[in-house]
Amino acid sequence: MTASLASSPHQAPAGGLRPSESPSVVPPLVVESVTKTYATRGRHKAPVTAVDDVSFAIAPGAAIALVGASGSGKSTLAKMITGSERPTRGSIRFGDTAVESLRTGGLREYHRRVQMVFQDPYGALNPLHTVAYTVSRPCQNFLGLSAVAARDRVFELLETVGLTPPEQFAAKLPHQLSGGQRQRVVIARALACEPDLIVADEPVSMLDVSMRAGILRLLARLREERGLSLLYITHDLLGARVVTDEILVLNQGRVVERGQTKYVLQHPGDEYTIKLLDAVATPYAAQESPSLT
Amino acid sequence: MALLEAKAVNVVYEPNRGQKIWSVRDVDLRLEQGEFVGLVGESGCGKSTLGFALTRMLRPPAHLEGGIISFDGQDISALEGEPLRQQRRNGFAIVLQSGMNALNPVRDIAHHFADIFRAHARDGEDLTSGVLGTRGAALLQSVQLDPDVLGRFPHELSGGMRQRVSIALALALQPRLIVFDEPTTALDVIVQGAVIKTIKDLQAKNSFTAILISHDLGVVLDATDRVMVMYAGRIVEDQPSAELLRGPHHPYTEALLGCYADPRADEIHLGGIAGSPPDLSLPQTGCSFAARCPLVEDVCRSIDPELTALGSGTAACHVRAREFNAQMKVRS
Amino acid sequence: MTIATTGPPPLNPGDLAPTKVAKASSLPVSLLFVGRALRTLWSNRKARIGLVILAVVILIAVFAPVLAPYSPTSTNFQPYQSPDATNWFGTTGNGQDVFSQMLYGARISLFVGLAAGTLATLVAVTIGLVTGYRPGVIDEVLSFVTNLALVIPGLPLMIILAAYLSSRSVWTIVLVVSFTSWATGARVIRSQASTLRDREFITSAVFSGERLFRVVFREILPNMTSLVAASFFSAATAAVMAEASLEFLGLGNPNTVSWGTILYFAQQQNALLTGQWVLVFAPGLAIALLAVSFTLINFGVDALSNPRLREK
Repeated sequence: MTASLASSPHQAPAGGLRPSESPSVVPPLVVESVTKTYATRGRHKAPVTAVDDVSFAIAPGAAIALVGASGSGKSTLAKMITGSERPTRGSIRFGDTAVESLRTGGLREYHRRVQMVFQDPYGALNPLHTVAYTVSRPCQNFLGLSAVAARDRVFELLETVGLTPPEQFAAKLPHQLSGGQRQRVVIARALACEPDLIVADEPVSMLDVSMRAGILRLLARLREERGLSLLYITHDLLGARVVTDEILVLNQGRVVERGQTKYVLQHPGDEYTIKLLDAVATPYAAQESPSLT
Repeated sequence: MALLEAKAVNVVYEPNRGQKIWSVRDVDLRLEQGEFVGLVGESGCGKSTLGFALTRMLRPPAHLEGGIISFDGQDISALEGEPLRQQRRNGFAIVLQSGMNALNPVRDIAHHFADIFRAHARDGEDLTSGVLGTRGAALLQSVQLDPDVLGRFPHELSGGMRQRVSIALALALQPRLIVFDEPTTALDVIVQGAVIKTIKDLQAKNSFTAILISHDLGVVLDATDRVMVMYAGRIVEDQPSAELLRGPHHPYTEALLGCYADPRADEIHLGGIAGSPPDLSLPQTGCSFAARCPLVEDVCRSIDPELTALGSGTAACHVRAREFNAQMKVRS
Repeated sequence: MTIATTGPPPLNPGDLAPTKVAKASSLPVSLLFVGRALRTLWSNRKARIGLVILAVVILIAVFAPVLAPYSPTSTNFQPYQSPDATNWFGTTGNGQDVFSQMLYGARISLFVGLAAGTLATLVAVTIGLVTGYRPGVIDEVLSFVTNLALVIPGLPLMIILAAYLSSRSVWTIVLVVSFTSWATGARVIRSQASTLRDREFITSAVFSGERLFRVVFREILPNMTSLVAASFFSAATAAVMAEASLEFLGLGNPNTVSWGTILYFAQQQNALLTGQWVLVFAPGLAIALLAVSFTLINFGVDALSNPRLREK
């Protein structure tokens, strides 16, 4: 009954390519010296710097965590990477595409390859649409599938995310599902167009703890099976540890520490990272032997 | 005599006509003066509803259905109006999750304190603004806030500061019981620890009885003396915090503990609990955890277990109760 | 304590929580939605009264030829009669039966109320959605126009328009009334649309590749139905009153029979002086009742969107 999710260091599948995608290589997503400032209203207020000169790259098949408390800039970075916001300075490149200069049409094409999993499973689904409708839209828009063909794909996707039997779940409305089930629908929707990169913004923080392992395990499995890259944004270090290989710690818009996830968490260098680690109130933090079995 | 004693408390929530959800089912509990108790559980388990019920804060469409709540020997479950208000004077208080939203945005903090003092003033009490200001300042200092916060407006304060103001307001009338309903859930993760520590220190110093309601088992185990675990509207386990960590009795508590791990560990085994809590708008047969329990037996599906004493605390589990009795027999 | 109950068998892991919606429902979601909406409206006491009144008025309007004892325009009767056995409401100065006029008059008043309400709401929804969803130049221009329309006093504008328009048909009245009552709805819808715009399911729809038209009309608008319904009923209320005002002032078509023209003629013929108070109170009360019915229904519409207002 309890699912065990052991975290041995993940190796990205060789070449990071999806089995179906050989000769075209999936490019890395390169964030270069990105800064975002917001002008504030009010006479004597200085502009707010949400993100300050951040650079990193997401290799195909990699899983990277962006961690920090609220106000650290991680959500702003996520929005810029997915094209919802434009950086004030710096560039974000996905292969040949300069993400920051994409307009509506280009953005739509971009979403075919870079998708997002949102934080609030209650808000990310239109309360009036069935699961089938929500998951089939990207199939119809991006893959050009007819309504009938999309239906089959929807069932396939629902099975992949663990919502079985899919026929039963397809007809449901969001309010009839639990938080964990809704989040699985959100993930199914994100997978529908076969993206290369998924940006997951706090995907489990609004879920009950008992449901988190299932979602985290799903994300890890999808990454392995499909060679997806994953950008995992959170303040929850445990989730980062379980799903990602590399971690970047953000404090007030700057990267204060980065490295292999396990290493950084076991040997934090920056004061802020230590603060974050201490803030994670686990029942076992005080004890010496932390694993429970 | 216990400060707060609840017997057979049920809360029914009726969002639409014909739909009745039993959010709290047949709960007994007992709090002694000075205890710091945690009430933990996941969403929908009824913990906030119970906290509201105990402080008579339920609003339609939720209402108490049966049961007695006695505070300091007096039955408060049927109190209304003025007598209830009297109880709030120095009986009990509540600090809400969105305590920051509970502050009036167009009034400064000093006004908030003055409002409380004036509303519950006793005869002959000095209510000049100077005196009220001093009392407010003292309260703010007890929550590690600078007295000049009195002159500020809520939007000028950070989330953590607003929550501290809410706590100070709750302390204003020196209540004997304070219920903290998810006081840090909406706060930034780094600030949470500091606020919990403040609550813990205040409780130790002022010796009021406190109930800390949270979904976060880590927070609760760290701060409280005793923990009650709720599932599907019932209390399924009640143990001293230290003991619970070492040896949880109820399978749900055990599974819940397995969902936490230290991110610094070498090997991490992260558990989850398959399935979902039962639909409380339907009548429950047997143990409500039976569908997800690894120890389930036939008796669990037909008879709802009661809270029975199992060593250091109590738990509502047929299987564990039987094991415990067997152990006791072996020893004797 | 055991709770002796008989209930459904306990759920197995992976089972769904039992749901209220039939599993293989062949009805589209929208129809179920409408059904549920009507049921909720009916369960609200105020809305129920409003619906009943409206239903009565609709029935009267539809069956006027059957219900009315005489033709409303025939001038066969003795003028200036008080209510008696032949003419239940008395007669006008031209010898027409007031009761028949009242029954036929429902048609115009109802028609103008509903038509102008619909037209005003359509304009309000279009402008509100366009300005609410996409900030930019179009938003600025249309918002300015909306604010202008809000500021200009409605009745004087209606009077001027009606006075200058050459044709005097019912449709003129409908157009004139709609022209002056779309702005409030547009404002409200705009602000709701701009709130919804930031909701995650809208971002999610954009990420799913939905184009502007679909996002606005299939994602945002369905979540605003109760607001649109409330807008409609407000506009309809205003339209009923406005139509009566225009007719009363003589800016309508005096050859048609509506509650407003009854009042017009009543005033022309000094009905109160001649003691024919029915000529004034009957149409006045009818207009008020119709307007009130829309308002009462609106209470129920509020409850649709805010479950806490629903009565048990």
